[in-house]
Amino acid sequence: MAADSPILEVDGLTLAFGGVLALNGVSFPVAPGSITSVIGPNGAGKTSLFNAISGFYRPRGGSVRVEGRAIDRLHPPERARLGLARTFQNIALFRGMTVLDNIKLGRHAHMRTGLLDALFYFGRARREEMELRREVEERIIDFLEIDHIRKAPVGSLSYGLQKRVELARALAMRPRVLMLDEPVAGMNREETEDMARFILDVREEWGVTVLMVEHDMGMVMDISDHVVVLNFGQVIAQGLPRDVQANPEVIAAYLGSGNVDDLRRRFAADARKVA
Amino acid sequence: MRIASAKESYAADEALFDSAVQRRWFAALLAALVLFPFAADQYWAFLACLAAINVIAATGLNILTGYTGLVSLGQAAFMGVGAYTVALLENRLGTPFFVNLPLAGLAAAAAGTVFGLPSLRVKGLYLAIATIAASFILHFVFANWDSVTNGVRGITVPPATLAGIALDTPFKLYWVIMPVAVLMLLGAANLFRTRVGRAFIAIRDRDISAEVLGIPLLRWKLTSFALASFYAGVAGGLWAYFFRVVTPESFPLILSIFFLAAIIVGGMGTILGGILGAVFMTLVPEVLKLLVGAVAPVWPDAVVLLSPVRTVVFGALIVGFLIFEPQGLAEMWRRTRRAFHLWPFRT
Amino acid sequence: MTFDWLLLAEVSLAGLGTGGLYALTALAFVIIYKATRVVNLAIGEILMLGAYAFFGFTATLALPWWAAALGALAVAGVFGAVTERLVIRPMLGESPIAVFMVTVGLGSILVGLVEILWTADPRRLPEFMPATPVFIGEAFLAPKIAYGFLVAAAVITVFMVLFRTWRGGVALRATAGDRAAAYSVGINVPGVFSLAWVIACVVAAGAGILVGAIGGISSTMGVFGLSVLVVVIVGGLDSVPGALVGGLLIGLIEALAGFYLGGEYKLLATFSLLVAVLMVRPYGLFGTREIERL
Repeated sequence: MAADSPILEVDGLTLAFGGVLALNGVSFPVAPGSITSVIGPNGAGKTSLFNAISGFYRPRGGSVRVEGRAIDRLHPPERARLGLARTFQNIALFRGMTVLDNIKLGRHAHMRTGLLDALFYFGRARREEMELRREVEERIIDFLEIDHIRKAPVGSLSYGLQKRVELARALAMRPRVLMLDEPVAGMNREETEDMARFILDVREEWGVTVLMVEHDMGMVMDISDHVVVLNFGQVIAQGLPRDVQANPEVIAAYLGSGNVDDLRRRFAADARKVA
Repeated sequence: MRIASAKESYAADEALFDSAVQRRWFAALLAALVLFPFAADQYWAFLACLAAINVIAATGLNILTGYTGLVSLGQAAFMGVGAYTVALLENRLGTPFFVNLPLAGLAAAAAGTVFGLPSLRVKGLYLAIATIAASFILHFVFANWDSVTNGVRGITVPPATLAGIALDTPFKLYWVIMPVAVLMLLGAANLFRTRVGRAFIAIRDRDISAEVLGIPLLRWKLTSFALASFYAGVAGGLWAYFFRVVTPESFPLILSIFFLAAIIVGGMGTILGGILGAVFMTLVPEVLKLLVGAVAPVWPDAVVLLSPVRTVVFGALIVGFLIFEPQGLAEMWRRTRRAFHLWPFRT
Repeated sequence: MTFDWLLLAEVSLAGLGTGGLYALTALAFVIIYKATRVVNLAIGEILMLGAYAFFGFTATLALPWWAAALGALAVAGVFGAVTERLVIRPMLGESPIAVFMVTVGLGSILVGLVEILWTADPRRLPEFMPATPVFIGEAFLAPKIAYGFLVAAAVITVFMVLFRTWRGGVALRATAGDRAAAYSVGINVPGVFSLAWVIACVVAAGAGILVGAIGGISSTMGVFGLSVLVVVIVGGLDSVPGALVGGLLIGLIEALAGFYLGGEYKLLATFSLLVAVLMVRPYGLFGTREIERL
């Protein structure tokens, strides 16, 4: 079934730091238009997985494919150009720039302005910058409701807003797969709900596939189509949220107990705690 | 009190000078620069030329160090490459200055790119020290490649000529140096309205994240090195026309430190900072000289102390600014401006 | 004509002798870097300060050489404490580049002060080392270099032992390992910073007296610090063994390049080596690699 062939496919990915296997034969598909979540206890290898998909880490084995094409030999910027856009767990906004410039930066890989154009700010440079400004304003800033802070330095913003600006920057990257690393970590209930709404809206309006790492079980179970559970660098379960929730191995990994209702309660408690 | 300026288009909001007031001030500044030589004597014309040359080199370094975060102690050496290029072109080919200066910039840019290569592997202080190596290696080439550079004796440079007029005084050269400086400053300012400037700043703030966001580090780090060296090369070319003799000792390591000090004192990562810092650091020794001249009648020994006192003041300025005003003169300027805008209210 | 092996041996020995002084100064540099993460570009000027203080005590105040040496070390120690407190500590948490530039400024201030006090003319230090020629096998070695090397080796050995055993040395190593952890186990971290600066300045001043005794002193002798910079980069900024191996290596290379190629090749040779090492091992031969995280 061609329609369902994955837009992103992780196949047997193995990553080692020294002798420690951070990822061990990790495989899962990401269906186009889906929201796929990767969960797992701390240290399970979730962020390492993201970094390997971004090309920041070189895996020891396995492969990452985008629309069936292996991208293992591509450098991080080339992967970004292919539409692997991401946010970071510890917010990687550039503090020396305004919100607007941070967002514009996301478009870098899709622009062609060279040094000479830039020095004279003529022809292509002017045209590209104007197009970008219009698009950023009309499609991203309005959409994410951050027009009041566009000229603010990012350092002055609240944590929740910074996360939103990171999402805006990822959207400016012309994402095909939007990779969100803990998009709601450290947010209160209200901010979490806002972010969940933005993620769903992004998928609806932009037709973007979402791959996220998240600890907030409530949100993961609410909005995901497919959940992948990592533990000690291995996939121990994947499937629909309700199937994963019922999987005894997942329960053991998380709780060391076999009681499904207990797991549900703990998941819920987890979500509160983060809130 | 000024509140805000309304803008009606994105283009207006993206402009270099984004308010009518700013544009008027800029026009006034340009007019002052045009009128300056007529009001000034040879000494002040000399200083203006020297300051403008330093502004060009410092702005180049500011692009590299202030905006891209790559510390270089090789700026003076790249200036030397430009100066030697001009000296050779003038003596061997006799090409006109408006051809020689860009070529000087390009030659320096080529050298800068080569010596920028370590920036791919090493960062921060390790890089700073690798650029000291560039400084010594180039000095060695200047001093020992006799057949080209004439060794330690150096090369005498004929004056630049324009339409048969020899530009052999600071007053005449001013009309070359100042426009070049203004153009290069505008170019630098433009850079930071585009993806190029954003890439530089992103590399400075966090290069590994920048890479994941689609910025190829190799390309832009080397671009930054090349551009900084281009500025140094043009500055060096102008220097050659200005002082008319180029020797290996003209571009010592201490001159590179001088440029670094200039952007620290002026304010790293702002165009204004490069200008203010370079002008300020050019004028400080002159002010000291004036002071010594003033006290010399009553205290003749002061003349002997001029050079060491200059060294102390140079060091003290670096230390003082870093501790008390790390954002430099540009930040002081901004504060002053804000105070005027908010007048009569206080923040 | 056959190659003069004896000459090679003599040149090499002289190089290693100078290398011992590089290693000693590099040790001072590494102490500061390990404890405070400051790249101290003023190390050469602090060395100069020590030499001039010694000169001042012997020539101007006519003290015997050992008293003058103790005085010079004390001056350097006070300088270290004051500098750390007034200049370095306010810069805590600033970018490494800013701190590095502060030390460049400090160096400039020191050069200016020395020139104000003693003018820029070169001077000779009074003789205080035995002048009998030293032979190692058949190879002749200038006595000053030989004794300089011995003193440097002795001081380095003492420090290596102190680092391992003395409480202050342990605190210093703990702070170098993890500043926050050192704090939390009750180590007086600001005290360690001061201590590191005092020790390093004293060591550098001692090296300065030896360097001055061998080659005379002048306000430009701070360029010795440039070679030391090469040493620590090649060896690894935070590595004591790196400082020692690097010191001997750079001393040797400078001597060989200087003798066989000519004096102007000295810096060229060492700085070319520096670039080569950086390209292959960006953190020096023995330095700790910093791991970057996204």
